[in-house]
Amino acid sequence: MVLLILLCVATFLLVAAAAVAVSRRTGAGRVVYGACLAIAGAALVCALFAGRESETVLPLGIPWLAAHFRLDALSRFFLVLIDTGAAFASLYAIGHGAHEAEPQRVLPFYPLFLGAMNLVVIADDPYSFLFAWELMSLASWALVVAHHREAGNAQAGFVYLVMATFGALCLLLAYGLLAGPQGGYAFSVMRLGELDARRAGLVLALVLLGAGSKAGLVPLHVWLPLAHPAAPSHVSALMSGVMTKVAIYAFIRIVFDLLGPPEWWWSVPVLTLGAVTAVLGVMSALMERDLKRLLAYSTIENIGIVFLALGLALAFRANGMPEAAALATCAALFHAFNHMLFKSLLFFGAGSVLTATGERNIETLGGLVQKMPVSAFAFLIGCMAISALPPLNGFASEWLTFQTILVSPQLPQWGLRLLVPTVGALLALAAALAAACFVRAFGIAFLGRPRSPQADVATETDRFSLAAMLGLVALCFLAGMFPGVVIDALAPVTKLLLHGRLARQTTQPWLSIVPIAARNSSYNGLAILTFVLVSAGIAAVAVHRFGSSAIRRVPAWDCGTPGLGPATQYSGASFSQPIRRVFGPTFFRAREVVDMPPPGDLRPARIEKYSHNLVWETLYLPLGSAVTAVAGRLNGLQYLTIRRYLAAVFAALVLLLVALAAWQ
Amino acid sequence: MAVIFDVLAQSVQMFLVLLLAPLLTGYVRKVKARLQRRRGPPLIQPYRDLRRLLGKEVVLADNASWLFRAVPYTIFAVTWVAAALVPTFATGLLFSWSGDLIVITALLGTARFLQAMAALDVGTSFGGIGASRELMFASLAEPALIMAVFSVALIAGSTQLSTVADYILSGQAGLRVSLALALVAFVIVAIAENARIPVDNPATHLELTMIHEAMVLEYSGRHLAMIDLAASLKLLLYMSLIVCLFFPFGMTLGHDGLGPYLVGGMSWFVKLAVVGTMLAAFETMTAKMRVFRVPGFLGVALMLSLLATLLRFVSGNL
Repeated sequence: MVLLILLCVATFLLVAAAAVAVSRRTGAGRVVYGACLAIAGAALVCALFAGRESETVLPLGIPWLAAHFRLDALSRFFLVLIDTGAAFASLYAIGHGAHEAEPQRVLPFYPLFLGAMNLVVIADDPYSFLFAWELMSLASWALVVAHHREAGNAQAGFVYLVMATFGALCLLLAYGLLAGPQGGYAFSVMRLGELDARRAGLVLALVLLGAGSKAGLVPLHVWLPLAHPAAPSHVSALMSGVMTKVAIYAFIRIVFDLLGPPEWWWSVPVLTLGAVTAVLGVMSALMERDLKRLLAYSTIENIGIVFLALGLALAFRANGMPEAAALATCAALFHAFNHMLFKSLLFFGAGSVLTATGERNIETLGGLVQKMPVSAFAFLIGCMAISALPPLNGFASEWLTFQTILVSPQLPQWGLRLLVPTVGALLALAAALAAACFVRAFGIAFLGRPRSPQADVATETDRFSLAAMLGLVALCFLAGMFPGVVIDALAPVTKLLLHGRLARQTTQPWLSIVPIAARNSSYNGLAILTFVLVSAGIAAVAVHRFGSSAIRRVPAWDCGTPGLGPATQYSGASFSQPIRRVFGPTFFRAREVVDMPPPGDLRPARIEKYSHNLVWETLYLPLGSAVTAVAGRLNGLQYLTIRRYLAAVFAALVLLLVALAAWQ
Repeated sequence: MAVIFDVLAQSVQMFLVLLLAPLLTGYVRKVKARLQRRRGPPLIQPYRDLRRLLGKEVVLADNASWLFRAVPYTIFAVTWVAAALVPTFATGLLFSWSGDLIVITALLGTARFLQAMAALDVGTSFGGIGASRELMFASLAEPALIMAVFSVALIAGSTQLSTVADYILSGQAGLRVSLALALVAFVIVAIAENARIPVDNPATHLELTMIHEAMVLEYSGRHLAMIDLAASLKLLLYMSLIVCLFFPFGMTLGHDGLGPYLVGGMSWFVKLAVVGTMLAAFETMTAKMRVFRVPGFLGVALMLSLLATLLRFVSGNL
């Protein structure tokens, strides 16, 4: 089976090569995206129906070492995730790609990106893994700078490149430590190796930096809200929905699979980073007015939730509680899958808005629910799913995460017992803020009255884009209604990683999910959806039958002052003002300065708001200026005489010899 | 036979909450009026209002979308389902397994989400002000509620409401610090979520501090009736939830037949009346807060509930 996946990857690469040749022709986009859709579909089928584990060794890569590939339950799950996202993105792009001004900058890299992501999750040795990882980074970088002449995109590409390189370096070092001095090369050798506690901790830190920078963990997230929105929308969907999951795969593969039994304190940094990431991500999303950047910040939030659940899984695993660890892992993976679904959906919606109006700034939108009703419906469902509202899929995974937190008083360590409830409170805070964030995103962009002429003349998007969005809407509903099916599908993964699994869910009466025991908790999305639909239906029918069904259309009442212009509506900034006022001073050192002239003075009153990106200002700017300063100093080395260069070489030699002597 | 009885008990519960909700609203209004030395509207005034609203045509803004028209029924349905999931006179009803406390919290979140969306739909500044403030409050009230739910769930070892009620009823829980803290948090959240004084004033229109009423200003006729009914249901839900979690005495355990059901029902009525009176008295004695004082008020609830959960995590018997 792994050969079939490799075949798919090879086809992706072939399509990429062919795309270089044909990308300037008209209609090339449809062919390339159609081919990608077909290949992703094939890979999806392979991954879904792959039987037992299979592996293969190809004579590629470093001479005499060959490239190892393997397909196990974990890879299968992530292949399903990647190729579902890839298939929908390709379907969307068949329609959306037609609006691309310079398709030759996108078409060759798109299949390459898809192939590389597929390759990462089946790689079974560090060389293949890092090769595929770097291929994925570079292909996505090329897609990020596809519109490099637009303001800010070049900088986004640069920051992304720096962070991607840093992340890959960390992963390289982690693999080096895992391989040990004997140089055990394949993953199968690393799995057997025993690391002492200090070295294992170092590997964990390196993986958190390496995979965390790709996934968008705070404070390594700075590139993400710059780079994800800069790419074309279907690529943004892939980067946010899928590529961040590949980073999560890397974390799980190394920490849960290769690194051996965990210590309990490993969970502390993972939990803390996860919770901080979740809250800071959603808080930044709430303040953002660029629709695509808002979605990128919300990705950071969801990555935080996934890492939080993974941290709990580590804690349970370290304490020998495989069922609880399986529950936490299920919650994490389920949420990762759900996030792929609804974040792709939301980016597709944002892309449709962008093509219809040419605007990403929500302050210039409004009223799109009238002009683009189907897109608006799809976007609304995406917003409800990501806000974790029942009976959609986002709630199912969040419910599982909450259940995991409720098992954790059984943990023996005091540190964790104090940390976990705090983390739980932060998770609940993030969930509530996410709902506010997406009411704002949908309410300002799609509802109300148009705030600009472009928004007034928007038209519904094409059929392919709509098909992709509605397909994802259907999947959001299905995963929310039948979460038990997903949990059962995750059982092989938890068995592989943790030697434990949740009780079989699909045999539960009425398809409820009962993660621990019926006495503890149960949830049935299908029943809740049915109850809501039936009672809403009964209410509507009864009211129209026995009450009045007349409607009179009039201008909006607006408390007796109709006819005020659309500028009097709440804007995105005014909508988030109360929340900014409550939380802003803590998170952004935000403040408002009101300049109110005294009575009689004819000056206009002014209000100015200040806020700071604290991570960028306290961490990256000093780092950047330090690098610049050091580079400036070292610049002098380029202009030495030959004698000085020789002296420098000699000094270096002596210094190294002295160091060697001291070492021994 | 048992199945028919179960279905019957579940249906009685569903329609009982629906029928009693306006009465409870009327009762609170009446008590409040009496406390303020007013005669007040009759108890059944909310029913009359509903009937009148249902018979009137809907006056709809020109640019109102399908969302605006669908939301009242959805809010009503979601709140009704949530209210029907809270055990009132008996635990372990037929469909009680389909959702736990977290689901009920999230269902109320769904209603709030849709309500705020609808408020933004017509594009008036009052809708925006209501939606934005409601969500600011919710961003503190919801975590507080979740944490309070956690602390109760950790005591009973379950998030399933029926199980929690049974556990508290069995007397094993006893008196605990964390329960008391959770109760205070629950009450604060209930006051805020039901738009009562001191957070919001349910009796006012056209005040700059209004929140819930600002969101529904553009609604009329049957739509407004649905929203009002949902608001009454929500009040009933929160009161039932508090009595179910903290004072489940008199509730029937499972399927004991008609007699215990009647006892359970009677005790539930009495408890609702007591809690309703307390709410009216509290509202009469308190002044409304400024909007930006409310986060502090809700922050108290969040901290208390977090403290309650922490206590449960670090000690088995606090």
